[in-house]
Amino acid sequence: MTEKSRTLSLKHRGMNFEMLMWIFTRLSALAMYAFFLVGLAGAFWMGARYHMNFADVMRWAFTTNVTHVQSTALPSLDPWATWFWKLVASGLYLTASAHGIHGMVVIADDYIVSPGGRKVVRLLSMVFMLAFSVMGVYVLWTS
Amino acid sequence: MSMTRNVSLARALGYKGGGPMLTFILHRIGGMGMATFISIHVLASFLGGDAGRFINDIYESWVFQIFIFFFVMFHAINGLRITLIDLFPDLLEYQREAIWVEWGVFLPLYSFAVYSIVTAALGG
Repeated sequence: MTEKSRTLSLKHRGMNFEMLMWIFTRLSALAMYAFFLVGLAGAFWMGARYHMNFADVMRWAFTTNVTHVQSTALPSLDPWATWFWKLVASGLYLTASAHGIHGMVVIADDYIVSPGGRKVVRLLSMVFMLAFSVMGVYVLWTS
Repeated sequence: MSMTRNVSLARALGYKGGGPMLTFILHRIGGMGMATFISIHVLASFLGGDAGRFINDIYESWVFQIFIFFFVMFHAINGLRITLIDLFPDLLEYQREAIWVEWGVFLPLYSFAVYSIVTAALGG
């Protein structure tokens, strides 16, 4: 490919809700990487390399919920069940929920093109976001 | 809005998008897969009971872990490529090279994850 790709800087693209959500999707991906790295570093700090395999460490870092490591050879689960890890898990879960539900709306928009249909999709996405945020955070703090 | 597609399924399947199209499709399938499985996992954990335990037992099985690890790891690594290229548009020139780097990162990591899942399942 010899022709240079045409790109437009962010400040020249205009700002509206869709643009804000486009930026949110990218920044939330980076935020999830930050949560993941905190979980990963914490796992090694708490001795993961002596008691867990690679997949166990990944499962923990993707959501720092103590139930994700209960089947490992860890001598004690107490350090893995502190309020700090519940807070990290809640942060990652809420970020991922918003990122994921918006992603589903973007996919739905490719197939549902009527204004009424798109309104229904957006209404459903808000109901889902609210319901699954409450349920997910409840599960994280009570497990 | 009056957008219509007018693209038949046969024509869509014959589209030769190459590497970028493959990552686009896998990113969407992975994203929808994760949204579906995580929603069911949260619902099962929230409701509990025999049904909840039955669903979570499936999720903890090694076969399912291989499946969901593919979705999550590919979506995460591909998402990082998309994010970096979108935030630094000058990198768009190198998107095909970036896709090769992406596969070069994903395949060893995913293979290692599958290896550790299978060896753990076999009691290793």
